[in-house]
Amino acid sequence: MALPLASPISGFAPETAAAPRVLGAGQAAKPLACSHCSAPVGCSPIRIEDSVFCCAGCQTAHALSTELRSACPVAKRATPASGSSQYDYFDDPAFLKPIVRIDSSGLSHATLSLRGMRCASCVWTVEEMPRKVPGVIEARVDFRRGRVALTWSSDEVKLSAIAQRLADLGYTPAPLGHTTDESANRAEDRRQMARLAVAGACAGNAMLLAVALYAGVFDGMAPEFVAIFRWASLFVTIGSLAWPGQVFFRSAWTALRARSINLDGPIALALLAGGAWSIYSTIIGKGEIYFDSVSVLIFALLVGRYIQHRQQRWAADSVELLFTLTPGVAHRVIPGDGAQNSRTERVPVLSLVTGDVVEVLPGDSIPVDGVVVDGESSIDQSLLTGESQPRTHHAGDEVFAGSVNLSGVIRIRTLASGASTRIGKLMELVQEASGRRARIVRFADRVGGVFMTLMLIVAALTFLVWLPLGLAHAIETAVAVLVVTCPCALGLATPLAFTIVIGRAARRGILIKGGDAVQHLSGTGVLYLDKTGTLTHGTMNVVGWTGPDHLRAIVAHLESNSTHPVGRALAAISDSTCQPDTLAITNVQHLPGRGVTANYHNDTLRIGSPTYILSEYVTCGPEFAAFAQQHASEGLTPVLIAIGQTVVAAAAIGDTLRPNAPATVARLQSLGWDCRIISGDDERAVAAAAKQCGIATFQGGLNPEQKLAIIDRSRQEATTVMVGDGVNDSAALAAADVGIAVHGGAQASLAAADLYLSRPGLTPLLEVVLASRRTLCVVKLALASSVIYNLVAGTIAVTGHMNPIIAALVMPLSSITSLSLCVAVRSFGKVPKGGVE
Amino acid sequence: MSVLLIVLPIALVLAGIGVWACVWAVRSGQYDDTDTPQLRILKDE
Repeated sequence: MALPLASPISGFAPETAAAPRVLGAGQAAKPLACSHCSAPVGCSPIRIEDSVFCCAGCQTAHALSTELRSACPVAKRATPASGSSQYDYFDDPAFLKPIVRIDSSGLSHATLSLRGMRCASCVWTVEEMPRKVPGVIEARVDFRRGRVALTWSSDEVKLSAIAQRLADLGYTPAPLGHTTDESANRAEDRRQMARLAVAGACAGNAMLLAVALYAGVFDGMAPEFVAIFRWASLFVTIGSLAWPGQVFFRSAWTALRARSINLDGPIALALLAGGAWSIYSTIIGKGEIYFDSVSVLIFALLVGRYIQHRQQRWAADSVELLFTLTPGVAHRVIPGDGAQNSRTERVPVLSLVTGDVVEVLPGDSIPVDGVVVDGESSIDQSLLTGESQPRTHHAGDEVFAGSVNLSGVIRIRTLASGASTRIGKLMELVQEASGRRARIVRFADRVGGVFMTLMLIVAALTFLVWLPLGLAHAIETAVAVLVVTCPCALGLATPLAFTIVIGRAARRGILIKGGDAVQHLSGTGVLYLDKTGTLTHGTMNVVGWTGPDHLRAIVAHLESNSTHPVGRALAAISDSTCQPDTLAITNVQHLPGRGVTANYHNDTLRIGSPTYILSEYVTCGPEFAAFAQQHASEGLTPVLIAIGQTVVAAAAIGDTLRPNAPATVARLQSLGWDCRIISGDDERAVAAAAKQCGIATFQGGLNPEQKLAIIDRSRQEATTVMVGDGVNDSAALAAADVGIAVHGGAQASLAAADLYLSRPGLTPLLEVVLASRRTLCVVKLALASSVIYNLVAGTIAVTGHMNPIIAALVMPLSSITSLSLCVAVRSFGKVPKGGVE
Repeated sequence: MSVLLIVLPIALVLAGIGVWACVWAVRSGQYDDTDTPQLRILKDE
């Protein structure tokens, strides 16, 4: 803690923990405390500005930690609040009621979603808020889920002020999506962990006691000690059966009441049989005991379930993030006032109804579906349609929630709000699809179920066969069969293999939400690719130019400030050898939707689409017309440059195909994937890309709903994989068997998709397909080895030669072999050096 | 070796205390978030 320091000259004592020594006048000052370690400063203190340090080590450490704390690039970018707060709606009682909890001492608690935290400095910055903002008692960050839990005194500070402060620091506070029941989830997570802890302790102790017993098998052990150890094992195993083991018993019982058997049935039976027989043997003092196997079985299976549970929990978290995409507050026009100067009020978006008129300022997201009643503006609809080009909207045009208003103020009459907007419906579809996916039956569960039923039959037969030779022996043999053949590996190997490949994929920039995606990708089916960004580079480039070279520099100069994608491509067109004669260029005007004009040597220089140029009565020579025509037929965007009334140059702008795209597509096709293209881009551009990649089926010009329809139809025939934009194509991605998201933010994409590729291009896609195939190989191998071991052990047990030592050895052996296989096989190839294509 | 009669129950009791402590820690929420504490290194305690 930095302590207030005293100037040694003035002699005031610092408020230190050390007892101040009162010295006489004129003598050395009271001991100072080091600003870093708070120890008394010795005889050679180091003074830097306001701080004093006891040694160079403290000085360096202090400088380093101060630097680290303010090192966060997010916080550096932060700009202080301008004008009115956009978080005022945080104080609205309707908004506060569901999210704020007041505790017994009157303090308010709430959890907000906080985006933008990236490092330890961010965590420190946010958690230091109580010291900087009076009234905030605590701010606790949950980094992985992007949340902050706030505790504040509502008399001293309002939530909107806290939110504004967080925004000033450079983070984005938002209300959490209201989809999950937090406390129930948390209780369930804790219960699982507690069960695992108890099961682990019991298994460990049971095994230790079993070792003690085995030690006495060959040389004999005094009977009273054998009894002690047996009773101790019983005691420990009852602890495991009584609570953690209940999971299996309850599940099997529920299935039994519904007249069906699930995988937990045979496990519960084995636990019961093994436990009951061992207890009986301990009580009567002779016979075999299987306490160690039973305890280890419970523990191993619970570990497998815990791994699966954590994965599902992470997947569920991602869905919530989609709800932060639309704005929370809108400006509603107060009805009854005159049209021109009517005032607006800030209201939560949830309170808007059909018929309300809202005003949207430039830069804001549109909060509702509606019709423009006043104003004209260019609107970016990429969230909904995937169109990268903004379009101008006038009065009478329809606009949609989630799109961004770019240039002018417009007023919209609400047609639909909240869940009934187009984007609201898309989010509902996403929710539905992700819930559906979690219930897919795992391949190993099915195999496991079949296998275990088989073993049950074998155990029953064993009992019957041995019955003529004595009841006790028959029971013992049957129990041995049941206990030994329980597949630890089946319960563990499959989730572990998937967890491992997911972890390795994450290190290579491929985020996978769950194992079923890996399973699907290892097979064959239909693969729908996106064009822009996946097959192509995703940026507009000048692909062709015809005309005098000196004009390139001039065009680049004129377009240097353009925000339009075509303009940006043109801005890069010049080579640096030619310096533009910029003094000759005056009166530059950007005309939205048309082009750029300027005065050049007293002539009008125009750059724009052929439609615009020709509408200005400019004559276009045949070679330029042919150039434009030819490139347009390939799906590129032609741009004409005219000086005065004649066209003097032309350029073609387009998205170039990635160099390795055709080869990768061919490879994917050879692995059994029917590659097709569905894209929102222009049909001709899509056709050109398809031809170059050797793809026969393609469609362009599609909107998200059309893509969804195609995916739905395809799912009924074959495994459908779709590659698309994480946010625009969310419904189609969620509907596909495997949705792969590219572009956009990772977290928002993962809400709808199963995979997110952070590296562009097709290579990561190929990598993950190959890795999936290898993983399924590994899983099958692990299952096979588990089956072999169980067959061998089962045979030994059936023939009556199984004793508990062998049982206790064989089970972990098969588990270890399966697990080692999972870890040892290399899922991916070597990491590619450097970058990607 | 008859010391086992004393030692074994004590060992089990100690194990029980350990398990109880672990379950208590889980129930009091100390394992809810295991990712953020490592990022709190810059905090001055």
